[in-house]
Amino acid sequence: MLRNAWLIPLLPAISFVLILLVGKRLPRKGAEVGVGMVGASFALSCVALVQWIQRVDDHEGSGGGGHAVRGLAKALVPAQEAAEHGLPGVAAVTRSFTWWQNGGVKFDVGIQIDGLAVMMMFVVTFVSFMVHVYSTSYMEGDRRFTHFYALLSLFTASMLLLVVANNTLELLVGWELVGLCSFVLIGHWWEEKPNSDAAVKAFLTTRTGDVGFMIGIIIIFFAAGTFDINGINEYALSDGANHTLLVVGASCLLLGIIGKSGQFPLHTWLPDAMAGPTPVSALIHAATMVVAGVYFGARLFPVFYEGFSIDAGGINAMALIGGITIVIGAVLAFVQRDIKKVLAYSTISQIGYMVMALGVGAWVAAVFHLFTHAFFKALLFLGAGSVSHSGSHHSFDMKNDMGGLRKHMPITFWTFMIGSLALAGIFPLAGFWSKDEILATAGHADFEFFLVVGLLGAFMTAAYMTRCVYLTFFGEYRGHGQPHESPPAITVPLIALAGLSVVAGLINAAPLGIEKFTEWFEPGVAFPVLEHADFNYTLATVSVLTALIGIGIAAYLWFQEEELGAFKGLTQRNTLAHAGYAFLENKYYLDALYENVIVASIKGAIANVSYWVNQHVIDGIVNALGRGATTVGRATYDALDQRAVDGAYNGIAEATGDTGGLLRYVQSGRVQRYALTLFAAVGALSLALWLVY
Amino acid sequence: MLAADVALNQYLILSAFLFCTGVYGVLARRNGVLVLLSVELMLNAVNINLVAFSAFTRNISGQVFALFVITIAAAEVGVGLAIVLLIYRNLRSPDLDRVDQLKG
Amino acid sequence: MAGGAIGVVRSPNIVHAALFLIVVLVGAAAQYIVLLAEFVGITQFFIYIGAIAVLFLFGIMLTRAPMGSRTDFDNDQRWPAAIVAVFLAGVLVALVVDAFGNDKIRLDDQLLETSRTGPVGDSIFRNFVIPFEVVSMLLLAALVGAVVIARRD
Repeated sequence: MLRNAWLIPLLPAISFVLILLVGKRLPRKGAEVGVGMVGASFALSCVALVQWIQRVDDHEGSGGGGHAVRGLAKALVPAQEAAEHGLPGVAAVTRSFTWWQNGGVKFDVGIQIDGLAVMMMFVVTFVSFMVHVYSTSYMEGDRRFTHFYALLSLFTASMLLLVVANNTLELLVGWELVGLCSFVLIGHWWEEKPNSDAAVKAFLTTRTGDVGFMIGIIIIFFAAGTFDINGINEYALSDGANHTLLVVGASCLLLGIIGKSGQFPLHTWLPDAMAGPTPVSALIHAATMVVAGVYFGARLFPVFYEGFSIDAGGINAMALIGGITIVIGAVLAFVQRDIKKVLAYSTISQIGYMVMALGVGAWVAAVFHLFTHAFFKALLFLGAGSVSHSGSHHSFDMKNDMGGLRKHMPITFWTFMIGSLALAGIFPLAGFWSKDEILATAGHADFEFFLVVGLLGAFMTAAYMTRCVYLTFFGEYRGHGQPHESPPAITVPLIALAGLSVVAGLINAAPLGIEKFTEWFEPGVAFPVLEHADFNYTLATVSVLTALIGIGIAAYLWFQEEELGAFKGLTQRNTLAHAGYAFLENKYYLDALYENVIVASIKGAIANVSYWVNQHVIDGIVNALGRGATTVGRATYDALDQRAVDGAYNGIAEATGDTGGLLRYVQSGRVQRYALTLFAAVGALSLALWLVY
Repeated sequence: MLAADVALNQYLILSAFLFCTGVYGVLARRNGVLVLLSVELMLNAVNINLVAFSAFTRNISGQVFALFVITIAAAEVGVGLAIVLLIYRNLRSPDLDRVDQLKG
Repeated sequence: MAGGAIGVVRSPNIVHAALFLIVVLVGAAAQYIVLLAEFVGITQFFIYIGAIAVLFLFGIMLTRAPMGSRTDFDNDQRWPAAIVAVFLAGVLVALVVDAFGNDKIRLDDQLLETSRTGPVGDSIFRNFVIPFEVVSMLLLAALVGAVVIARRD
């Protein structure tokens, strides 16, 4: 299966074509093709995953490296746990054929399957499969249902192509296809102006980053002399590498990652992208599109590692971007009324963690966080979709249309709760393990600054998710419909994702002696020697405590006035007594508390500042540019346009008019007159040719 | 026993004459049916050329092509007459002068 | 034959023009026979004179063209058309004379043998079978197209 992994992206691609061609005529409008093909793709990914794991285990069992030697190394040099990298690891399975060759430049098309790719394929196909199933119910009756499914399949196929690609050009193809699909899907309901605006914004913003990305690919090509990913990685780690080219190339590639993964300062498209249907948001945020940037960073990690001198510690561009993004995203999440926007900013913040982790050299932690984040973020988005689908009449406004839904939608509530806790990093859910690994490595590898940033992020994450959960599920119902639980097509994916959100973290639970993730998925060849931080109990305790404090403060602020009692008050409240009055007061209090939190606290100030920065500085720059352009334009208009150009144009127009008047006679509309001209011309031309020869 | 030499030219000149007569007809005739008649003249001129060259180069392909041209001429007349009929029905006249909706 | 051709384009009577065309077609068929292309000649006879000419007569009737003598069959570009036609004829004749001035077609038994119907059929179904099929499809399409175009409503 590993050698035939090209089937995995191919199946959704076939599904795309099939749905486009015959989708409308099928009984379920093409959904069955999409679900079936992506399901098959998911099954193949599982097979590939199992085979890869066997491969790794065989490799280690055969005495070539692995456990035995690692144990020895551990014994000899206890501080350095990662001694296994000194030995040849499990090589990636590659397979390719030459597409074209020109002047010594060879361009292959092929696959490179290693632990990272296998893991990513599993995540992408799994989340995509869940989204496909979910959409059968969520998108039911949509006017472009078939198109939606076709594009969903293409989206999956493009992301998988990006994942299996063995060279940067092929990767770029997948990268751009992902951008294109997200553009179309965000603008799925393009009849409404904001939606099409959001789609265009997403497309253009990511395109800005892509310019850098393409330049980066070209620079790296000229540095390494190959598009092959393995070749590039080996080059970057070799002694003969040109460091200047690597720095420039890595910076350009980082720009691409910033655009694609919604990092500061190009993060603004991501919240707007919420205009798309919720399943698309889930797919974009969890498995495709935004994590493409992180995946790329992990794929070409040696380039960034050498380019940004990550081993030297201190502060580098990648970690800094990630760190800023964590804070910016988390702070903005506090001021949103739209549940999907809260999640969007949360994604920005979490992707920031991954980029920061890459920046501090915590490769495994970054990829691990990507892995766990995919599950709980997909869960949260699909949960939000479930709420709007069945609870709030297709609204996402937490303050006006939600509240008190936990009684009406128990499954959605509990799964959402699990997702939120996982996101907040509460032991022992998935988010805890991955986030903790990032923090541990950051602390271990002389990146204390980012350790603090990470803890701050964990605190805020916990707090804003508490607010979000409270507004959605607690208090009184503020909508106008009949909230009810969603159908099974929606709840089953939620439960599946919730299950994984709980257990996914355990495969790299260091204190339990499980480090399977590292073992299975970390590349063995063409990879820098990384230090793996030991599990730090103090740090883990601190981070969980931080998160709990975040939850506690938020919960206290929102719950105290309503006599709900304990933290995370899941207890029933006296709804009948408060029914009418509490509704109004509740709203009032929320606004007041909201103001208190924002105005009184530091982070509130930052929220305002960063929102202000968003609104004024960035917009200001754009506006200033616009205004400058207008001024220049007006000056040009007065001086040049009115006199010189207009004069010329009027002259030309008059001449054209006169000529047209003359030519009008020629264009009589009578075919025979045209034929006359034609034959005369043919005769004249043949005469001329004859005379010339 | 057959043996005779014929000038290739005489066929080509005849063909050229027929062709140009056809051109004149196409250009100068007003009635749609007459224009189609003239087109037939042009097609026949081409056929004579094809057959003459086929005999000249002793290559049978020329005759095959002439047959194809005859077939296509049949198709062309069918469609052409249908169009003329349509024009007649819409404009109450087969005159091509009045088909000038493309006038600029 | 040349006179017939002139008649086609100059006759003031539309039915006469069609009959003149038949003269030309018969003349062309005769030329094919002379050039030993018997199959083409016979085909010309059957298809053109048997089918196409009759089709034209039908067309004339269906469009209710005036049967009697009329002079306004020509449009207002008669003289430019004549000039172009004569000019084109001049160029063509000059070219032909220049290129093939002294070439002769040798008509002998060998040519007769190779231009019989059998070899023509062989050639069509061996070397030109795909064009043959394409032409069949074209005829079908033209048939359908003619019906669609001429259909009332």
